Amino acid sequence: MKNKNKSKRAHQFVLACLAMVYCFHAEAALEIEITQGVEAGIPIAIVPFEWRGAGIPPHIVSDIVEADLKRSGRFDTIPRSDFLSHPHDHKQVKFKDWRLIKAEALVVGRVQQLGTDQYQVEFRLFDVFKAKQLGGFRYKVPGKSLRKLAHQISDLIYLKLTGERGAFDTRIAYVTVERGATKNRYLLRVADSDGYGPVTILESNEPILSPSWSPDGQMLAYVSFEKKRSMIFTQRLRDGQRELIASFPGVNGAPAWSPGGRTLAVVSSREGNPEIYTLDLQTKNMRRLTNHLAIDTEPAFSPDGRHIVFTSDRGGKPQIYRMRSDGTAVERLTFEGNYNARASYSADGKRLTLVTNQGRGYRIGVFLIDSKGLFVLTDSTLDESPSFAPNGAMILYATQQGGNGVLSAVSADGRVKQVLRFQKGDVREPAWSPYNRKL
Amino acid sequence: MRSKASLVLIIVLGLTVAACGGKKGVKDGEEEGVSTSALDDGSGSMGSALGAAGDLAAQNKVYFEYDSAAVTDESRVLIEAHAQNLMDNPGLNVVLEGHADERGTREYNLALGERRALAVQEILVAYGVGRDRLQTISYGEERPESLEHNESSWSLNRRVVILR
Repeated sequence: MKNKNKSKRAHQFVLACLAMVYCFHAEAALEIEITQGVEAGIPIAIVPFEWRGAGIPPHIVSDIVEADLKRSGRFDTIPRSDFLSHPHDHKQVKFKDWRLIKAEALVVGRVQQLGTDQYQVEFRLFDVFKAKQLGGFRYKVPGKSLRKLAHQISDLIYLKLTGERGAFDTRIAYVTVERGATKNRYLLRVADSDGYGPVTILESNEPILSPSWSPDGQMLAYVSFEKKRSMIFTQRLRDGQRELIASFPGVNGAPAWSPGGRTLAVVSSREGNPEIYTLDLQTKNMRRLTNHLAIDTEPAFSPDGRHIVFTSDRGGKPQIYRMRSDGTAVERLTFEGNYNARASYSADGKRLTLVTNQGRGYRIGVFLIDSKGLFVLTDSTLDESPSFAPNGAMILYATQQGGNGVLSAVSADGRVKQVLRFQKGDVREPAWSPYNRKL
Repeated sequence: MRSKASLVLIIVLGLTVAACGGKKGVKDGEEEGVSTSALDDGSGSMGSALGAAGDLAAQNKVYFEYDSAAVTDESRVLIEAHAQNLMDNPGLNVVLEGHADERGTREYNLALGERRALAVQEILVAYGVGRDRLQTISYGEERPESLEHNESSWSLNRRVVILR
């Protein structure tokens, strides 16, 4: 009885904290909206984790986990109001309570404050029908790492229940534009994959575009007009150190990292026409890969580094071509539709995501390299800048809503769409990071 | 040479257009003019040509069809007027700023904007203007003139701006 009261109080407290957290983050956060549901999500119950500490926890771990799993489209999160009990560890779990509300999986846990900025988080995942624990972990982290830890817990649950690696503990880069009466403000930002914690890494009055993640997730390459024309920079995220990589006469654009991270594929029109080059980041040696009067742009390496796909209008309209990464053996890949551009690979190297126009607007497509099948995933008219999540399960892209640019994500099979709506500004040019290699 | 008469006519027409309010074009010119000091010397030295040059400044946009860098006959006449003005004012240099509408991908549009600027440059060069007096820049779809998402807006954004 006493325990129940305590748990109820804790629950109310968590709700109060939740409200505060939402208010606090209202400016910065993305608002996620499922625009197209999935029927066969795994029903999962996530019990708000017990809080044992003074004051307010810096982040509500169980809420972050619930939002992650919901957003993936692979889970149906059961409303908390349906719960018949509120267990926090294996001793308190009564599987009957969860079978009754048709939960297949159950997550319980506890967050305990150890010191001024030290927290112990433990959670357990159960298979309700087998009445069996699938996993349980305990961590000790400082307050600032609680969000990251929550995403790692989501990744673990995702892996246990779907058999696939999760991509919640990753980041996104994007550009926002705030239009002013005389000047525009362009911000290059990096945020968690759920849009929280955005950090501005570059601010300019001139356009910024084409952010591209280094394979180790430590650097971004991008195009900036800060010197009144397009130039390519790289920037290390840890300390903001920048390097000007390409400022040749004409267009400098579309940087893309090689899988080893030592080479950038870039576009330069220094010889009079946009061509694709590889640029060795150490020696700065450049090697021209294409030689055609057409526009050749938007290179992207295959994950094994052997090929580069790119956009060319050498056939009259922009289409996707593939060449070896030394520039030989060019072949056209896409034939469907009158506009196919900005292709990039999935991590398994088997699929491309691209912008496609088949007569009804610019939409996001997936192209299967072996079968040459092209599938259109979205249904609006001005979609662009698609990139795969590192696990290949989702595609992040930019679209228009109410006259403004917004970010949206679609599952790679096209069944689930989510708009990541920012509070203000025109949002564009998203790029999903690779997996994090360290905490 | 045979087009000299029509050129004068265009310049006169340009004057009336300018009077109707080419405020935007002039403002653009001012913003960009800061970087080229040769502008003031060149135009300031010629009495009557100064007026003509001012009018051409208001008629400084060449428009294009979707995904195309082909210059229409109408635009060619305008470009030739600029060519004549450049020939008459040897101290004058211009920047050819290529733009695209928002449809399609940003990097492709960056290349398309450059292709448009180069198309205008080639006509000016063919008319006898030195290539070193013509700087090309592409802004792709990054600097739209109109922010609406419709054809009338897009047609304004597919342009090359000739800036002194």
